[in-house]
Amino acid sequence: MELFHEPKIDWMGTKWYFIGASLLLLLVGMTSIAIHRGLVYGIDFRGGTLVYVKFAKAPNLDSIRTALDTQGIRNATLQRYGSPADQTVIIGLDLQATTSSGEIDIGKRAIARALASLQGTAPPDKLDFNNASPQTVAERLLAADPLHQASVGLEAVTKTYRELAEAIVSFRNSPPRSGLIADFQQLSVVPGVNAAVLSALQNDSYLSSYAIRNTQIVGPKVGGDLRRQAVYVTLAGLAAMLIYIWFRFELIYGIAAVVATFHDVLITLGFFSLLNKEITLTVIAALLTLVGYSMNDTIVVFDRIRENVRLNRRENFVDLVNRSINQTLSRTILTSGLTFLTVLALFLFGGEVIHGFSFALVVGVIVGTYSSIYIASPIVVFFQQRGGRSPVGEKPKPLARETAGARR
Amino acid sequence: MDKKLQRKFIFIAVVIVVCILGIISFPRNFQQLKENVRNRIRLGLDLKGGTHLILQVQVEDAVNITTDQTLERLRDELKAKNIPYADIRKTDSTHILLQNVAQEKSGDLEVLVRDQFPDWDLARVPGDPASRALSLKVAASGTIRNNALQQAMSTIRNRIDQLGVSEPTIAEYGQGDYEMVIQLPGVDDPTRVKDIMQSTALLELKLVQDGPYPSREAGLAARGGILPPDAELLPGPVAASSAGSTGGETWYLLNRVAAVTGRDLSSAEVSRDLNGRPSVNFTLTRDGAARFSRVTGQNVGKLLAIVLDRRVVDAPVIQSQISDRGEITGGFTPQKAQDLALVLRSGALPASIKYLSETTVGPSLGADSIRHGVMASLVGLLAVMAFMLVYYKGSGINANLALILNMVILIAALAYFGAVLTVPGIAGVILTVGMGVDSNVLIFERIREELRNGKAVGNAVVGGFEHAFVTIIDTHVTTIVSAAILFTFGTGPIRGFAVTLTIGLLANLFTSVFVSRAIFDFVLSRRQHGEALSI
Repeated sequence: MELFHEPKIDWMGTKWYFIGASLLLLLVGMTSIAIHRGLVYGIDFRGGTLVYVKFAKAPNLDSIRTALDTQGIRNATLQRYGSPADQTVIIGLDLQATTSSGEIDIGKRAIARALASLQGTAPPDKLDFNNASPQTVAERLLAADPLHQASVGLEAVTKTYRELAEAIVSFRNSPPRSGLIADFQQLSVVPGVNAAVLSALQNDSYLSSYAIRNTQIVGPKVGGDLRRQAVYVTLAGLAAMLIYIWFRFELIYGIAAVVATFHDVLITLGFFSLLNKEITLTVIAALLTLVGYSMNDTIVVFDRIRENVRLNRRENFVDLVNRSINQTLSRTILTSGLTFLTVLALFLFGGEVIHGFSFALVVGVIVGTYSSIYIASPIVVFFQQRGGRSPVGEKPKPLARETAGARR
Repeated sequence: MDKKLQRKFIFIAVVIVVCILGIISFPRNFQQLKENVRNRIRLGLDLKGGTHLILQVQVEDAVNITTDQTLERLRDELKAKNIPYADIRKTDSTHILLQNVAQEKSGDLEVLVRDQFPDWDLARVPGDPASRALSLKVAASGTIRNNALQQAMSTIRNRIDQLGVSEPTIAEYGQGDYEMVIQLPGVDDPTRVKDIMQSTALLELKLVQDGPYPSREAGLAARGGILPPDAELLPGPVAASSAGSTGGETWYLLNRVAAVTGRDLSSAEVSRDLNGRPSVNFTLTRDGAARFSRVTGQNVGKLLAIVLDRRVVDAPVIQSQISDRGEITGGFTPQKAQDLALVLRSGALPASIKYLSETTVGPSLGADSIRHGVMASLVGLLAVMAFMLVYYKGSGINANLALILNMVILIAALAYFGAVLTVPGIAGVILTVGMGVDSNVLIFERIREELRNGKAVGNAVVGGFEHAFVTIIDTHVTTIVSAAILFTFGTGPIRGFAVTLTIGLLANLFTSVFVSRAIFDFVLSRRQHGEALSI
């Protein structure tokens, strides 16, 4: 099976339509960033507090907000997370509320108090089981000693209860419970848990209707440092690529490749702004991967152009570029297609945490492929047409196999 | 099969065995297999659950302490060398001002500073010919700050070790702002750990001159409103209301210089006092014990204040000369007593610390991420494999085998290097599939082209691999360079991504060039003359 049997498409002839489309996309994206919605920064960059809370019953945002109000938290953002079945809410506080009194976890503690107040009065001295760590559960079990192990020796007993607690908590954390159990009886399937253990747990702890699954607190200094770093990293990536391609080909090829990649990054950022998606540290990582990937594509086309120039010096450069693209088309579409398949799998099945990352790559792979044909190559063509001479790629460091293969 | 090909396949088989052993070790049953995998592959905080903290050591505290100590020393030396002056005070963290130094003694002063205070510069004060200013040398203050950072790091490491957190990470962070990053796997409530790390734990035992007073003003008033230079007023425990006085903080007038400090401790243990309440017992080093026994011997019947972090915890009467041990009581819960003993054992922090960021990932979220990651990887892998079979037919099997081996080598490498797998790291594994299969596509497309141009099958395969090789190297290098930059600038999870992508692509070089070629050679060696290559 073959997708493209010797295509003979005139790419450079239709380039203006596509360059125009690119410019339009860029314009829309940049306008959105500059004027309309701006870039939504994730908490890594803007600082603040985020607390992810899973509820036993479908959470009522209004009652949560009221509870927060009573603790003095006025401007919290409430957002649902994941699917409705997850019953998880993200409570967010902005930077000012986080740092107003010096200790960065003031906001988190206030949220914890608000959640506890939602619960109603908690029985004093009892352990909040759904929010307890294995160590705490182990300590309580050790004190209660439902398995009557006291005679065995302190170290062995501690180990027994520690392993039991870890099994219990691990069971609690795995799906579909995902951190919350509604009834102690659910624990009876855990190996090692018998009626005595259950009743010890029941006497000593209570089951709250919420579990805090994740907290993130970023102070102003860290946020600012990361913002600066992100810019440096992206610029460093582009610079490294420019140098590498300059080294392997010629300066104009390097510039063309960098411009194409820069165009990819800008369009991707534009999409983030248009769809109001958050830019987090992992998104920056995705953008850098995109830089590397976009270069790949461009290099494959440039490789072929260089090979063809060496074989047919007299050929019209525009025709040569068209031919090179046609020759590599199969490979370009296939690779992009396959990478897109995997990135799509990541986007659809990878979960919330990686969502921004996979979205950046989904957009980036498409744009990156098309930019090698319609941004990078035309730039090289323009240069040649203005300069008058056909840019011959510098011979790379001789690799015996390649030179041997060129002499067919 | 010829000898060379045989050797190639033996080599590949060895690689496979080594990798599989690396991942699952020698399991005896299925349960153990799962456990071995869980132990061999290190999971990052975002998959295992735990706490990630960034804190800053307030190194200026250490500089301030040095200046304070220098001031005291200077005061003593000036008296010893008989150099009169009107006033001496600290003007800021690195400057001391001496006012109205006697003119004829200024030479002696210069000699004194040069010999006894080599880290300080002596200068005239513009506009005030009789005064002198001492300033801490820049190099010296830099050394103090760096030492404070290093000492804080080792004290904190000590405290975390004592807490029994498994595999914590404690490292310097950032560019020169005296920041540290701490990762605590498995700790999903960091409150207690943060309190323990943050506690300055400055222990001082000082003789009580007078007290307790009901307020600071009362204490000052007893000395005519001015504190004598050898004394200081510190708050003590909150007194319960009793007849004749309202409850509130009590204040003590203490000797400024401590008889014994935390540095003289050789150990601290939890125990119970005479009333059965939790207390902390400490023992002193030999020097500390000598000093302690002298002070207690000379002051039997007086009060000895136990001061923790500039607050009097207790002030028992010295019953008799004590030499090398003591006890701190003061309404501790068992947990608090344990924490205090821990913190005393680890030594005092040279400077306070301030938390800059705190992230806690609950293990249930981590479990979810693992589940999603594994599912996405499988879906991606299967989709790619299915496509390769359909598009390249027989050779698709070749590519798929290479792809599977690529994954196996990648996971084994993670296990062998002890590299940490994070959520972006799983994405890196998936990306390796997508980008890695590109190598095979390059080779196969070139082989198809060579076949189209009329080459014989054997030559077409050779030509395909040769032509594609340079481009494969180029594309892999550019992606690895991106990954390297990410690794240098990135934090934990992003480093995980950079590492998995790099290892995956390096393994891909091996599988797509060496292994694929071996499989082709094998197929060719079995093929009948004239038979077409399935590609």
